[in-house]
Amino acid sequence: MSLDLEMEEIHKIFFEESFEGLDVMESRLLNLDVNADRETINSIFRAAHSIKGGAATFGFMEVSNFTHGVETLLDEMRNGTRPVTPDAIQLLLQSVDGLREMVKAVQAKQPIDTQRIAVLSDEIAQLLARHPGRPAPVAAPAAAATTAVTTAVPAPVPVVDPAPAFLQGGPGWVIDFRPHRDMLRTNNEPLRMFAELARLGALNVVAETDEVPSLESLQADECYLRWRLELAGAVEKRTVEEVFDWVDANCTIAYQYHAGGAEASAATPTPVVVAPPPVAEAAPVATAPAPAPVPVPEAAATAGAAPGPKATGGDAGSIRVSTTKVDHLINLVGELVITQSMLSRFADGCSPAELEKLREGLTQLTRNTRELQESVMQIRMLPISFAFNRFPRLVHDLSRKLGKKVELKLSGEGTELDKTVLEKISDPLVHLVRNALDHGLEKPEVRIAAGKPETGTIELAAFHEGGNIIIEVKDDGGGLHKAKILARARERGLVAADAELSDDQIHNLIFAAGFSTADSISDVSGRGVGMDVVRRNIQDLGGVVQIASHEGRGSTIRIRLPLTLAILDGQLVRVGADTYVISLVAIVETIQAQKDRLNAVPGSAELFRLRDEYIPVVRLYEMFGVEPDSRAVEDGLLVVVEAEGRRFGVLVDDLLAQQQVVIKTLETNYRQVAGVAGATILGDGTVALIIDVPGLVQVFNDSFAGRSPLAA
Amino acid sequence: MSTATGNGDKRLETAEDAGQYLTFQLGREEYAVDILRVQEIKGWERATRIPHAPDYVLGVINLRGAIVPIIELRKRFRLESTEFGPTTVVIVVKVMSPRGERTVGMVVDAVCEVYNVAHANVKPPPEVGSSVDTAFVKGLATVENKMLILLDIDRLINSSMLDGVDAAA
Repeated sequence: MSLDLEMEEIHKIFFEESFEGLDVMESRLLNLDVNADRETINSIFRAAHSIKGGAATFGFMEVSNFTHGVETLLDEMRNGTRPVTPDAIQLLLQSVDGLREMVKAVQAKQPIDTQRIAVLSDEIAQLLARHPGRPAPVAAPAAAATTAVTTAVPAPVPVVDPAPAFLQGGPGWVIDFRPHRDMLRTNNEPLRMFAELARLGALNVVAETDEVPSLESLQADECYLRWRLELAGAVEKRTVEEVFDWVDANCTIAYQYHAGGAEASAATPTPVVVAPPPVAEAAPVATAPAPAPVPVPEAAATAGAAPGPKATGGDAGSIRVSTTKVDHLINLVGELVITQSMLSRFADGCSPAELEKLREGLTQLTRNTRELQESVMQIRMLPISFAFNRFPRLVHDLSRKLGKKVELKLSGEGTELDKTVLEKISDPLVHLVRNALDHGLEKPEVRIAAGKPETGTIELAAFHEGGNIIIEVKDDGGGLHKAKILARARERGLVAADAELSDDQIHNLIFAAGFSTADSISDVSGRGVGMDVVRRNIQDLGGVVQIASHEGRGSTIRIRLPLTLAILDGQLVRVGADTYVISLVAIVETIQAQKDRLNAVPGSAELFRLRDEYIPVVRLYEMFGVEPDSRAVEDGLLVVVEAEGRRFGVLVDDLLAQQQVVIKTLETNYRQVAGVAGATILGDGTVALIIDVPGLVQVFNDSFAGRSPLAA
Repeated sequence: MSTATGNGDKRLETAEDAGQYLTFQLGREEYAVDILRVQEIKGWERATRIPHAPDYVLGVINLRGAIVPIIELRKRFRLESTEFGPTTVVIVVKVMSPRGERTVGMVVDAVCEVYNVAHANVKPPPEVGSSVDTAFVKGLATVENKMLILLDIDRLINSSMLDGVDAAA
């Protein structure tokens, strides 16, 4: 591996850990609202400190400089010299956002939004300046560090030293730097640190060689030298300390400040011994120099564990694995499943003598492959708390902005789903929660007038239901205004003026593109770009979104998602010589179609009377341009599917088996095909296409361009 | 079925200023593709048809777990279609597309030879005279008194996949 690549890898870790640290900061800051205990502030401080240290090490100076201000603010809160006010929390939250943007920009190698950062830095500086009790650069950290003076390894620190001649009566630092023997093995290079010090001012380095053993007993990778460093200039203690940030655990350092002039000895503060925290190994980045002895910095834990005590367990003993490795494993297991079903078919044509043994073996293989597949799939699963964690912050900010009182209830954060699903569901969820807050919940005065509690509730829940994941966004607000929606839809020509719609159909209108009933457009919502995107995103994941609403009582949006994107429970259907797969989730029922129940409407879809409902008939052979066994409806079967809140009858020649299929994309080597979600490999090794039901309905509707399906 | 890279031809010498090309027959002409792009050569098998695809895309096949589209090159070049015979093969090539590497199979009449073609011997394509759209021709080369048409495989395949064009819309 070349050095560049190695650096790239290390940077990647830094970015990942920074984002995790920022998540920790954010969630803890939100908790500060409630209780500002020392430990919480400490954990925020540590996260900030790690980011600053890492950024400085890799030369991301903007990040490091900005974080410095944040850290100072946190440090004062931690020491109790600054009260924890809502304004300060707000500023810190904004700083976290700013930092996140900055780190993202650095990661993408793009320019940083310096203006925004400058504004934030200013605000922090102002806040810092406003407080009179700002500690002197040395005294306060000293107080904080006293708890840490525990097991100082031989630390013969002289209390008062005469100012060395090198400083020539001016201000400066004398640093007694005693590395532990193993410091060099932790990749810490004293020369580099000295070079950094030299940038702060004139530096005089004196090496003490009295501990160097004879050549026979000398270990090449141990550090026997000690140094006395004299640094001229009135440098802040923090700046000096920063240079030794990474070796904190591997050395004993004493700092001594000489203010210079006559008052030198009188003003000399007590020297500070920074003892190593009891962390066995000092991997860079992971070990934040923690003044209070904390076993492992929280920043190292995954972000999922962020919200305090009710966090989901199981984060311990986790490893970081690249998703490509996992995906490769999943592909291999998928192959295994296909091979196994291929062998099963082969067994059907075997001689009776060997058959019994072969069957036995195959049964076992089937069980093993299924188990293997399930546990491999499990690797990609993450708790939904990863998506839920951003909502306390979002609701906090938004309710402030909108002047509404909201209580956010989360449940089922431990429910696990596929990483890809999780990533893609986050944005739609944000839309839904924003909508619930902006459109759903009423202002406190309206709520009181309606006899409801002043504080509205938004519930986010996740749970399993029959092989699917259900996510619900529920509010106790005003609900959807049916009359208003219908009027707006008629105005926009989405619905024919005389059409009679059921409640469900009216509710589903909010998913139409560009639909909005908000009286005014705000920066929160109301542009009508949200809900159609939400539905499309959920459909892309193979999911379904439903809405239930009662005027005056609130709405519930229910999202049903498959557990994974890699496997689908499918119904195999046949049209002519071709086999297709339809997701079982989309199928309502399958019926034998009678000719007399079919009505042809000129220039529009054929309608089939299914009990008391008329459903459009989608002739699959027409859509896909293949030759069927028969074009007569009564010879085939109608697979009734549900899409966009409506039912459709898909005409096929025959139903084949139901089976789990491994989904493969067509896009890797070909491209996206309308009406096709992907392909799969069947037991006989041939490829079958998987039908994208909403996409197929789209193609179908487009073939009657200009006519709204709702008007039909 | 044989692999193209395992060719033990003694005439071949690797030189900095030359490239190795696999040639194949299509109608009366011999075409050449950069051998480094050839992943394998396999026999023809029925492909699963894809809706809304151009007529020269025969469908997709399962190539050890990957879904690979198959192009009939005769149809792509608007040559007269013939029945697939015993020499009909699928040359599986890797091409570079804006979205990354993609694997595609091309049905050709027969594979011929592997030649060393010096870059100096490659002439630019003529404006007229070939049955192939010159946009897909990298150049012409004469080897052993035969004219080879060197194909720009990236352009040929990527244009065939109709990237970004939705046929159904």
